[in-house]
Amino acid sequence: MATTPTTAAGTAALTGATPKARHAAALPRHVAAAGRRADSVRCSAVSPAAPTPAPPATPLRPWGPSEPRKGADILVESLERCGVSDLFAYPGGASMEIHQALTRSPTITNHLFRHEQGEAFAASGYARASGRVGVCVATSGPGATNLVSALADALLDSVPMVAITGQVPRRMIGTDAFQETPIVEVTRSITKHNYLVLDVDDIPRVVQEAFFLASSGRPGPVLVDIPKDIQQQMAVPIWDTPMSLPGYIARLPKPPATELLEQVLRLVGESRRPVLYVGGGCAASGEELRRFVELTGIPVTTTLMGLGNFPSDDPLSLRMLGMHGTVYANYAVDKADLLLAFGVRFDDRVTGKIEAFASRSKIVHIDIDPAEIGKNKQPHVSICADVKLALQGMNALLQGSTPKKTFDFGSWHNELDQQKKEFPLGYKTFDEEIQPQYAIQVLDELTKGEAIIATGVGQHQMWAAQYYTYKRPRQWLSSAGLGAMGFGLPAAAGAAVANPGVTVVDIDGDGSFLMNIQELAMIRIENLPVKVLVLNNQHLGMVVQWEDRFYKANRAHTYLGNPENENEIYPDFVTIAKGFNIPAVRVTKKSDVHAAIKKMLETPGPYLLDVIVPHQEHVLPMIPSGGAFKDMILDGDGRTVY
Amino acid sequence: MESYERLSTNQILDAHWGVMTDGDPTGFCSHTLSILVNDFPGVLNVVTGVFSRRGYNIQSLAVGPAEKQSTSRSTIVVPGTDESIAKLVHQLYKLIDVHEVHDLTHLPFAARELMIIKVAVNATARRDILDIARIMGAQPVDVSDHTVTLQLTGDIDKMVRLQRTLEHYGICEVARTGRIALLRESGVDSKYLRGFSIPL
Repeated sequence: MATTPTTAAGTAALTGATPKARHAAALPRHVAAAGRRADSVRCSAVSPAAPTPAPPATPLRPWGPSEPRKGADILVESLERCGVSDLFAYPGGASMEIHQALTRSPTITNHLFRHEQGEAFAASGYARASGRVGVCVATSGPGATNLVSALADALLDSVPMVAITGQVPRRMIGTDAFQETPIVEVTRSITKHNYLVLDVDDIPRVVQEAFFLASSGRPGPVLVDIPKDIQQQMAVPIWDTPMSLPGYIARLPKPPATELLEQVLRLVGESRRPVLYVGGGCAASGEELRRFVELTGIPVTTTLMGLGNFPSDDPLSLRMLGMHGTVYANYAVDKADLLLAFGVRFDDRVTGKIEAFASRSKIVHIDIDPAEIGKNKQPHVSICADVKLALQGMNALLQGSTPKKTFDFGSWHNELDQQKKEFPLGYKTFDEEIQPQYAIQVLDELTKGEAIIATGVGQHQMWAAQYYTYKRPRQWLSSAGLGAMGFGLPAAAGAAVANPGVTVVDIDGDGSFLMNIQELAMIRIENLPVKVLVLNNQHLGMVVQWEDRFYKANRAHTYLGNPENENEIYPDFVTIAKGFNIPAVRVTKKSDVHAAIKKMLETPGPYLLDVIVPHQEHVLPMIPSGGAFKDMILDGDGRTVY
Repeated sequence: MESYERLSTNQILDAHWGVMTDGDPTGFCSHTLSILVNDFPGVLNVVTGVFSRRGYNIQSLAVGPAEKQSTSRSTIVVPGTDESIAKLVHQLYKLIDVHEVHDLTHLPFAARELMIIKVAVNATARRDILDIARIMGAQPVDVSDHTVTLQLTGDIDKMVRLQRTLEHYGICEVARTGRIALLRESGVDSKYLRGFSIPL
């Protein structure tokens, strides 16, 4: 049972897609992908009403529907049937057959990243920016193990991803063969599900199941491990083999019951100080959420994953809450009498001390994963359903009710506006030093808040979350649950692949940027409009902040520059970028920032801007871990001793 | 600064585990879970992986083919509170290959285990051991000049009783299977039909 009504649209796109002539140069696709961009991927097996017939022989694929072909070709054809147009593959011994088969595919384009971790983060960025399933392919052994961080990141942030890994031939499994790792064992607890294909006839079914599992219910990463001898084995595929996921499909959440939605609306009507606490689960429900807020007037605060699901520049937006959230957002949740938790999981970075979180309010929790309801905080009313359907239901009830329900939260809005005036987001400025927050504000102004932003992890990530205005879902890409450094550049590239022609900015730190710096090669070769804005403070910023606050500024391996020559910026990212043939500029003075960012945005293709910022800056406000709203720290930086 | 909550101490596997501690204020006791899964190589690893990933200890485990073809029933005994076991059940339902998970603990269920126990005893005391065995319902399966091996099938209380009685003779080895359990359709909880209770 599919959870979204886009199945028909998905199959229509599938049957309508005609094989395109292969271009000599592998340029990124433009118009072709644009039409399918918004639809979520569905395999033909999910809606058996319209099975696609097997195509006849072509020069590229000289086999008829009932003639045998290699397992690798069956795999690639299965991917095409699941609507894949872009994937991220890095070749190796055990996945060579798949790459050879990809050269025979008329519709799938491969984007060659320079590290499997880069390609897997790119698949994640692709999925986050488009809502489609991100696909990455790696070889066995070290190739597969390099995917581990990205799979764990996708699981924690519920990103739909399918990872296909080569494996040594079946007879060599378990013998410590060359480049063999038991990747299914290794990734068991960091994937939603995984498969080791042991029969070539299983490939069509397994691929369909993998895509279905990745994209339905609570999305997540699925790994498919295919031994090399199966990739080479000749077989005739049976395309309409049904999926066999009876337990899973039976347990998919049903549409929410009207009584429960009415109960929630009753609670809204009785409350005086309601707050919407919105997270990553609402990424597909931006419209419905906006309509709901329009009808009810409830102020909205989002988590790190939920940035953009409600526009930050709306007067009812309280921006981000949590450890580094705004004062007024945390105040609102602390003082609220009704907390509407839609698509969130009450993560410890948001709640702090769980007993003190939203202690005065009734909690309504709507989530598609039944295991999340009641996991950290017991709700008073819970609905296990797709939040999109719940919001649609509630909007319909609100619009259809006679007499028209009007909610008046005027005094609550005034109270929150007072808090916004008293405790706005702010930072101290010093002479010509470039404050990182200022650089992000300039970027926001010059892009009009429309660019897709990817970040690494650390202080720059928090500032990017606080100082840039996010107006639509899937605009903000960041490793929130896992917090994997090195996420920024490859994810930005993946997002650029998913959204051709849209400017993507990677706001990175010097530490995070260095971790996947090799992907500068990929953005240059494919000429993607990815602008890298490095906030370079020569230190591991967030750890330095904690060292300043809690460890008496004892530096423990957090200086990333050259200790022999602290006056020079090390490493020289501008020279490195020139080695990759990417235009790069360094700015050190505040007066140069505006012009530099403008030039960066106006230069077509990839660009690196190295912004030198002081390392004494701290991300504020801050609620120390395990703390409550009253423990919030509002001022101070590395220039004071604690 | 981050503070870590003290991890609850694990109960070691000995003769006395599994007894419901009535009146434990936290409600912490051993729960019996019956899980129906698809049968394929590695499914046991998948299921036990969830237990270790979420920080639960497994006190006993028994798996075998179930009534439907290509499915297995796994009976696992886990210590925990009602709340923590409910969370574990939710996590188990996320597994694609799981059909059903039942927490039998608070329902009337029939549980059995098999124990083989090797006691150190010379020829003179052998008669006593065999008498004890006959009274407790255990069968002798092997005898040598310095040991006697007995087999006993029954629920946890029977195991505990026999092992305690034989302790002062000197137990060489004990091998126990995991607990297997099924719900009692009659609804009769035989635990409360016994005339005496076992003190810890």
